[in-house]
Amino acid sequence: MNDEIILSARGLHKSFHKDRNEVPVLRGLDLEVTPGVVTALVGRSGSGKSTLMHLLASLDQPDRGEIYFGNERIDNASRPRRDFYRNREIGIIFQFYHLLPELSAVENVLAPMMIGQSAWSYFRHRKEARLRAEAMLDRVGLLHRATHRPAEMSGGEMQRAAIARALMTDPRLLLADEPTGNLDTETGLDILKLLTELNQLDGLSILMITHDDSIAAGADVCHRMQDGQLQINPAQPNFQVADNRIPA
Amino acid sequence: MYRWLLCFRYLRTRYIALASIISVTLGVATLIVVNSVMAGFSAEMHDRLHGVAGDIMIECQASGGMPDPDAHLAEIRRICGKDLVGFTASVHVPAMLGIEYNGQLITGHVNLVGLDPKTFDQVSQFGRHLLHPENQEQVSFDLREGGYAPERVQFPPAGWSYRRVKVEYERALAAEQARIDAMRARTDTESTTVSETFESAGPSVNFGPTVNFGSSNTTETDTASGPSVGIGPGSELFADGETATAQKFDPKTEQFPGIILGIATCSVRHRDANNQVQDFYYGLPGDDVRMMFPNAAENTKVVNQKFTVVDLYESGMSEYDGSFAFCRLDQLQEFRGMIDPQSGTRSVTTIQLKMAEGTNLAAVRDTLRRRFPPQQYAYNIQTWRDMQGPLLAAVRLETMILNILLFLIIAVAGFGILATFFMIVVEKTRDIGTLKALGASGKGVMSIFLSYGLLLGFVGSGAGLLGGLLFVSNINEIASVIEKITGQEVFDPTVYYFSEIPTIVHPWTLAWVMAGAVTIAVIASVLPAMRAARMNPVRALRFE
Ligand SMILES: Nc1ncnc2c1ncn2[C@@H]1O[C@H](COP(=O)(O)OP(=O)(O)OP(=O)(O)O)[C@@H](O)[C@H]1O
Ligand SMILES: [Mg+2]
Repeated sequence: MNDEIILSARGLHKSFHKDRNEVPVLRGLDLEVTPGVVTALVGRSGSGKSTLMHLLASLDQPDRGEIYFGNERIDNASRPRRDFYRNREIGIIFQFYHLLPELSAVENVLAPMMIGQSAWSYFRHRKEARLRAEAMLDRVGLLHRATHRPAEMSGGEMQRAAIARALMTDPRLLLADEPTGNLDTETGLDILKLLTELNQLDGLSILMITHDDSIAAGADVCHRMQDGQLQINPAQPNFQVADNRIPA
Repeated sequence: MYRWLLCFRYLRTRYIALASIISVTLGVATLIVVNSVMAGFSAEMHDRLHGVAGDIMIECQASGGMPDPDAHLAEIRRICGKDLVGFTASVHVPAMLGIEYNGQLITGHVNLVGLDPKTFDQVSQFGRHLLHPENQEQVSFDLREGGYAPERVQFPPAGWSYRRVKVEYERALAAEQARIDAMRARTDTESTTVSETFESAGPSVNFGPTVNFGSSNTTETDTASGPSVGIGPGSELFADGETATAQKFDPKTEQFPGIILGIATCSVRHRDANNQVQDFYYGLPGDDVRMMFPNAAENTKVVNQKFTVVDLYESGMSEYDGSFAFCRLDQLQEFRGMIDPQSGTRSVTTIQLKMAEGTNLAAVRDTLRRRFPPQQYAYNIQTWRDMQGPLLAAVRLETMILNILLFLIIAVAGFGILATFFMIVVEKTRDIGTLKALGASGKGVMSIFLSYGLLLGFVGSGAGLLGGLLFVSNINEIASVIEKITGQEVFDPTVYYFSEIPTIVHPWTLAWVMAGAVTIAVIASVLPAMRAARMNPVRALRFE
């Protein structure tokens, strides 16, 4: 493992305003993601996990606080820099997959490549890109579904396609917001297995939000979110697992 | 890249958007059809208007005309220089036309033009509008043997052959009449034999349709000849016209001075019981007609002159066809006394000029006006456009207004596109969020919808272009189908001399229409595209 921290948040504050009421979601949250490990983030619904995820992915901006990718501050970087950050340096997976319904599985996997490159350079490298996309699909075990539309795939298959898409641009960090939240336990565990495999074989860092303690149990580090802050127990990563494991 | 992929996919899966550009398609198609037809019409009209007049016309308002046209021509030639490629001098005089038909005198007022057959064709397309093919090549004021309007099936026989038959028929009729009168004088009983002889006389002369010198009529007009034809001066003129020439003139072999009549001055167009268009001619090449016009003397008198119709003039412009008659310049000058007895110079009333292609006619006109100021010369100097100014301006105005209206229709279609695009942007909210999460920039997202608008614009106006061109190329068939369905003739040939709808497709017009339609579609997609670009990615991702 590397000592360097891949992603860190310092003193993040974020609150939403609804009808003149201020709803504080994050209150001075600190987070460090170590490279090469699977970090799980658990917390009650509404505790602000997704909000944190969006801030980390620079899809939204914190009210206060700083987010660093490596040593570079990312939360107030320029738009093109943040677009590049999302496109190349991290991969994002959602609970509801968010595949583009008009595109086939392989085209969805190609999407980040198309977005990141100019039409001309994509056109020149389209063969390699396609090969890589197919390799990614193969990696997640979905090659036989390459030409299927999302509407023709099951939830687990769609999530695999989404993972393949997230891996397309070879990111260093994968942000996953409840990747198994919409799947049954077994499929969820399959997805988890895929993610841990990626972590072990490629050294990919993963920050994963989950409700499911059995999923969290598979992580190297587990953080719990409460009152807009993290309760960290790095010494015993799987401290929650023993009580709440679902009987198999 | 993803922009094009996505907008192609959206185009294929979102048929509602295609529906929203149908109005663009229709607008473009209509614009193309209207513009081609209007261009066809105005080109045809320009052609015809220009065909009957020279580029520049110098008219002398005085009844005696301008003396010494040669000096004028020399001066004009000096002014215009090498731009002058043709000119002709002519005499225009208002006249009354009298056609004797069926014992009645059919009259009409016409502009009698005395023209020089050699030069008149240089300035205008006069010959082209004549019926006889040889006259179309070189105008002649001598009656031809026959063969007028060979392409028209319905055209009755005309020319010398017709004239001989007619004269013979008239003579036979007169002889018969004399015989009957003599018989009547003897006894009033045998009226039956009379009608029999008439019936046998009719077919034997073989007159075709004009045989309506008909049996029952003849007796009638004979008795009624007094009141119907013999109106004071009319009969007087008739009388001396005939006595003057009767002794030596044999209409079977000789002709009066030739005249070419505008076709509408001597014919009527109507529909028969089967709704077929039919022309009926009161005068044909070979018939003799009468012209009455003022002479050029100070003490104006009416000249009454017989002419033989040698051809008919059909330009397709009813105002010309119904108001012009042409004869030889030298003859008209003689009849009107426009020859100076001392010097022998001949006056003319009008000089027409033909300028080289591309000459600025208005400039030439202005120079000529400066040279011949109205204070000094009673000349009216005009270009052919000036003469037809109101008509041409009306057509231009009409075209412009139609274009504006139709572009408004496309603009309305633009609002349809706007609304549809907003709906699509709302529907695609989550996808927009996804694209942004994958690193797409606001500009990139915006360009998806802009190129979608562009593509729709191209598809819509392309379909419109195709449809419009197809419509234009089959417009006459379509018109006939419409005629069949509605029973209403699109181009009533009794009103228009067009039998086909003229169309001209200008590539520039097509380009403008296409560019306009595509621009409107793109403009309509700007607002939705901006909304998509500005969309907050988090809100978009949370959108259900
Ligand atoms: N745009 C918004 N406006 C107002 N309040 C918001 C907005 N987005 C989120 N919230 C509030 O912020 C809080 C945190 O939401 P968030 O989605 O981060 O929770 P979560 O931990 O991901 O929950 P879950 O486990 O159910 O996904 C919630 O109370 C939510 O109501
Ligand atoms: Mg959430």
